Amino acid sequence: MRVKKVVIALLGFFIIAPLWAGEAEIEKGKNLIYTRTKGNCISCHMIPGGSLPGNFAPPLVQMKARYPDPDDLRKQIFDARIKNPQTIMPPFGAHKMLSEDEIDWLVEYLYTL
Amino acid sequence: MLTTKIKLTLSLVAATSLLAGCTSSNSDESADYQALVQQDISTFQTFFKNRFPDVEIEDYKNGVYAIDENARLQWEDIEEFPPYELEVDDGKVLYETPFANGKSYADCFGDGAVRKQYPQFDDKRGEVVTLELAINECREANGEKPLKYKKGNIAKLSAYMAFQSRGQIVAARVSSEGAYNAYMGGKEFFYSKRGQMNLSCADCHMRATGYYLRADVPSPAIGHVTHFPVHRSKWGQLGTLHRRYGGCNQNIRAKAFKPQSEEYRNLEFFQTVMSNGLEFNGPGSRK
Ligand code: HEC
Ligand code: HEC
Repeated sequence: MRVKKVVIALLGFFIIAPLWAGEAEIEKGKNLIYTRTKGNCISCHMIPGGSLPGNFAPPLVQMKARYPDPDDLRKQIFDARIKNPQTIMPPFGAHKMLSEDEIDWLVEYLYTL
Repeated sequence: MLTTKIKLTLSLVAATSLLAGCTSSNSDESADYQALVQQDISTFQTFFKNRFPDVEIEDYKNGVYAIDENARLQWEDIEEFPPYELEVDDGKVLYETPFANGKSYADCFGDGAVRKQYPQFDDKRGEVVTLELAINECREANGEKPLKYKKGNIAKLSAYMAFQSRGQIVAARVSSEGAYNAYMGGKEFFYSKRGQMNLSCADCHMRATGYYLRADVPSPAIGHVTHFPVHRSKWGQLGTLHRRYGGCNQNIRAKAFKPQSEEYRNLEFFQTVMSNGLEFNGPGSRK
């Protein structure tokens, strides 16, 4: 009986834990979008909810539908030159402007758009 | 080992025959370099004609205001009482004040209306001489200390001289091998991606010109040199072209070169050639 309770509590925790982390990560990702010294994605991309966006790059909307595989999104942020060698988008991962973790958080946030 | 040697010899042979081919066909050297450059100018200017079909080429002397209608109206208001007016007056006083030896800038530059002579490639020295460099060389030839290159008195002097020269036409010439190499150095700089953000001057001032980067619109690269030095409200004073170059390099987290470094002088030379045919209308005001 007791064991069962503990197991349920534990199970419950494991189900909720990633969700909690997700919320925090999404928030961190969102901040990176607007931090001038970090992602500053807003300077080129229109992003829902962001004011004074740039308009040189495509708007970042419907990301989950357009990038079902998170790895594609991660790659685009890590080094946009893979897809387009002449791209204007900075190679955030390759040039160490963002860490691996930070790129993961961005992916989490972009998936909410 | 042997194959490397053969390869090396082969490439050397190829290189020398290429060189021989070049020199023999270049009996009239100067005409050839100018023709090569002329082709670049026409490609460059055509790019902007296609990008902004409604903008007259002459209007690019006004920088971003040639393409940004809203900003232009505000700017025209500002130019009614130009913020650089007092600095130009200061520049005139500096220009006319004798050095310790009794001579003055007029002994080097006459009435100061010499803007169109700079930048020029000095064949004897084998380098590009800009207006600011010439100002300091005039000082040193007369026993005075050189001025700092980004702002202050050098910008005021250069602004006064630009003002005296308003209406002159940009006509930088590339008429020797040395000049062509300097020009090519500047051209390579302009198109090379650099810095942590991996951006070139051309990325922002050709590909992204007219678009918003957050709240800023990068100006068209044609006409960049015509109106310097500029009084920026952000600076609250005049600054030289090389100060601006340094700022744009730092913004993309690239190493800024020293003002009047060979890199920036060559870049200025290239940018000036690309603006051939426009009018010098400095100093300017910018935000
Ligand atoms: C200096 C401009 C610039 C900045 C800053 C920038 N990007 Fe981009 N981005 C672009 C351009 C331009 C493209 C279009 C593809 C290309 O040209 O390579 C692009 C494409 C993308 C794409 C693919 C869009 C699509 O519709 O398929 C994604 C995703 C993306 N960027 C995410 C980001 C994120 C996240 C950041 C911030 C960490 C960012 N970008 C910062 C210029 C920029
Ligand atoms: C990230 C984009 C970006 C890059 C890269 C960049 N610039 Fe700029 N630059 C700007 C913006 C934005 C301005 C301010 C608006 C304007 O052009 O007047 C500016 C202003 C200037 C000006 C002043 C124009 C004027 O009329 O007062 C010059 C000159 C200039 N840049 C030259 C360069 C050169 C040369 C390079 C390369 C070494 C370069 N820029 C790289 C964005 C950029």
